[in-house]
Amino acid sequence: MRYAMAIDTKKCVGCSDCVVACQTENNVPIGYCRDWIVEVTDGTYPQLEIELRSERCNHCDNSPCVRCCPTGASHYEKGGIVTVTHNKCIGCGACIASCPYDARYSHPEGYVDKCTFCFHRIEKGLKPACVAVCPTKCMYFGDLEDPNSEVSLVLKKRKHKTLIPEAGTKPQVYYLI
Amino acid sequence: MAQKRRDFIKISSLSAAGLIFGSQYLRSSVPEYAKQNLGALGPMSLHRTPTYCEVCFWKCAGWIYKNDEGKIQKIIGNDEDENCNGRLCPRGTGGVGMYYDEDRLKTPLIRVTGADGKQTFREANWDEALDVVAQKLQKIKEEHGPECTALFTHGSGGHYFGNLLKAFGSGNIAAPSYAQCRGPREVAFLATFGAGLDSPEPTDIRDTRCLVLIGSHLGENMHNGQVQEMSDAIDKGATIITVDPRFSTAASKSKFWLPIKPATDMALLLAWIHEIIYNEWYDKKYVEKHTSGFEQLKEHVKNFTPEWAHGITTIAPDVIRETAREMRNASPAVIIHPGRHVTWYGDDTQRLRAVAILNALLGSWGRRGGFYLPEKLEVPEFPHPPFPKPNKTWRDAMGGKYALADLALASGVCDATIPSPDLNCNIKGWIVNGTNLIMTLPDEKKTLEAIKNLDLLVVVDTMPMEITGYADVVLPECTYLERWDDIRVVHGRKPNIALRMPASDPLYDTKPAYWIAQKLAQKMGLGDYFNYEKFEDVLDWQLKQIGTSLDEMMRIGVKNYPRESGPLYFTEDDTPIEFGTNTGKIELYSTAIAAEGFDAMPVYTAHMTPPQGFYHLNYGRAPMHTFGRTSNNPNLTDLMDENTVWVNPKVAKEWGLKNEQPVYLENQDGIVSDFSIKVRITERIRFDSVYIVHGFGHANPKLSRAHGKGASDSQLISRVLLDPIMGGTGMRGNFVTFRMEKGSEAKS
Repeated sequence: MRYAMAIDTKKCVGCSDCVVACQTENNVPIGYCRDWIVEVTDGTYPQLEIELRSERCNHCDNSPCVRCCPTGASHYEKGGIVTVTHNKCIGCGACIASCPYDARYSHPEGYVDKCTFCFHRIEKGLKPACVAVCPTKCMYFGDLEDPNSEVSLVLKKRKHKTLIPEAGTKPQVYYLI
Repeated sequence: MAQKRRDFIKISSLSAAGLIFGSQYLRSSVPEYAKQNLGALGPMSLHRTPTYCEVCFWKCAGWIYKNDEGKIQKIIGNDEDENCNGRLCPRGTGGVGMYYDEDRLKTPLIRVTGADGKQTFREANWDEALDVVAQKLQKIKEEHGPECTALFTHGSGGHYFGNLLKAFGSGNIAAPSYAQCRGPREVAFLATFGAGLDSPEPTDIRDTRCLVLIGSHLGENMHNGQVQEMSDAIDKGATIITVDPRFSTAASKSKFWLPIKPATDMALLLAWIHEIIYNEWYDKKYVEKHTSGFEQLKEHVKNFTPEWAHGITTIAPDVIRETAREMRNASPAVIIHPGRHVTWYGDDTQRLRAVAILNALLGSWGRRGGFYLPEKLEVPEFPHPPFPKPNKTWRDAMGGKYALADLALASGVCDATIPSPDLNCNIKGWIVNGTNLIMTLPDEKKTLEAIKNLDLLVVVDTMPMEITGYADVVLPECTYLERWDDIRVVHGRKPNIALRMPASDPLYDTKPAYWIAQKLAQKMGLGDYFNYEKFEDVLDWQLKQIGTSLDEMMRIGVKNYPRESGPLYFTEDDTPIEFGTNTGKIELYSTAIAAEGFDAMPVYTAHMTPPQGFYHLNYGRAPMHTFGRTSNNPNLTDLMDENTVWVNPKVAKEWGLKNEQPVYLENQDGIVSDFSIKVRITERIRFDSVYIVHGFGHANPKLSRAHGKGASDSQLISRVLLDPIMGGTGMRGNFVTFRMEKGSEAKS
């Protein structure tokens, strides 16, 4: 089992629905977020290109945040999901500093919080809230080890990339380009 | 009758007690159950209530979920709903913020003048506030006649207050969504196909092979079903052609982006028509069978070559030809999208006629991948006595103009409120529900002039929008999450209905619009028109007429019905089709428009270009906001809390502007934005234009998150280009320049 996400930059319109759906699903306080939108514009008028990406924790295979956590609060769950056990977290912030994707934030309650791939939903056979809500259906989620999962199928079919691969973290969020 | 100047009152007398619930929730700790990293929080454990969204007019159906403490937690789309297919847009998902917004109106308010002459709002109970409204309406009726009252509305409340006014004897029921937005395209499509477009537009985007967007920024306007289908069309490899001076999100998804010179779209459309006719790329069988006026049109567009259009639009002739060929190749699965906010330059009905004609030539109307034939379920109106016929309406104040307008003009009602020797009846009382006229109508000065002449202004809203500051009485409505409402009836591929029921009792001393209208009716002796005990009884009665019940709808939320009007598209046999036009054909030459004395076929008119140092003021949407109504929503301001002014890097260099630098905008009439707006330097905007998102720059400090954030495009739209055919208010003829400080002179 290896959970992964693929996000189609050709379909994403950058509407931020994934952000607000995550906030209301996971009680993320106003002013904080576990996922966010990045817009990259290239070129000069009128020769232009835009890449729109919904970004979040990459649930890396080789996660610096898990390695540097002094209490073991940051750890791998089933399927490679990287999570934080809130009551073991001392809020030292080492993981925040170590993450090349800036995917973690300090919750006002004193612990570090981040995307869980909506573990509580996928356990029930549901998709993560961001995937389920996306009006453009630009996000695919599933098990990479299952060759017939929608994420495996779309990655086979489409050209894709990961973010900051040079950091060597083996990220598991793929962008279709 | 001269009235004392009506001062703007900030909603300032609210008690602090009401604030606790909202702010406590917003700032409080995360509930216990959610502290578990992999906690129990899941949709199965939450109670759900059916609703349909009120954040925009698309009205997607969904479920309101509550947490274990019984508090509203989230809203999720209903899978059975064709408008959203189980996926709400960011505004719908963030609709919870409307409920939790601690700045909401919380109690009725009545304008009072103190001994010192100072006007303030006094908190009132519902009975006294409604008494004041009923008495003032009766007084207007006695002194001027009931037809001297009007309703401005946007959203679900319009039906109840509309019925109240009709029962009272007034037919002045106007929504700015017509003359300030989609009106011209309705008139143009009625004139061409004998049918309007309505909402959602019957564009068959999911099966299209070519989608043409002209200034329409799907993806930034989150018209949910259409955005979803555009994404499906991208998956299927459809060609998208976007015409926009700005590199919109849709442009970035397009095979062809035509960075047109602003205000020249008509020339491009005429050149496309020319190419399609003279290359014989039109659908010959369809045109011959269904249209009238082809030869006149062919003669009319003879000289509108791509070379001619190049000089006007700056779009290269080969690009015009190639895009026309793309449309032909996809025909009839091609959509030249009519857009929605189309009140631009005053020749908008004619521009939309050109759009309709292009669709007709390509045979896309009534065809798969073009425009489908929608069907709507008829829900019987709850029985009430017949409405009296009003003695006069706003039309009588128009001197016979705008006869083709098929709905009331909000701007026309506003005009009819300003006294003039030509009018024998001025409108004296307004009810305003769910629309912030200060921002929705152009030419703020004129709106304020009209308001000054009113004997009564009642505002029914959930939020202290600017218009509330001018009210005599403010009536706080509860949000859509706290109320029953009419059954939502959508015209779509299938007839379908949706139910809205309250997920919570109204917070504060707020009430649903149906209750307010019924109580007012009772106080005015019109109770027979609202003859029911509870609104649920009305819904149950109506639902039983259409083969369901309130019980069933509370369980399923959305019900789809089989089509009864026939197939989704025209059949390809020889059955003749009767169109609702004068000739019964698709009119390429419009007899209805000609009969009113206007050009029967669209012509190109050159529009003004900005003077030196000024730029076209283009405005539009951001996907997480609906007009100005969401700009204080805590969840949505978290995504975007102010607008920016998009400036081309060359222009920025000329003015020495830096990213994020606050500037003021000044328009051609010397109007300076109330607030500064931050510069966004981007290649995505043409050098002769700037772009700002509509709905920001709120002036009422009681909108604590929205106040003073960004600039209001509405404030800068003081030049209105009236559409002579239907009275639409063209708003794209305004130009702005930069001011570094509010008081400073613009750089010359």
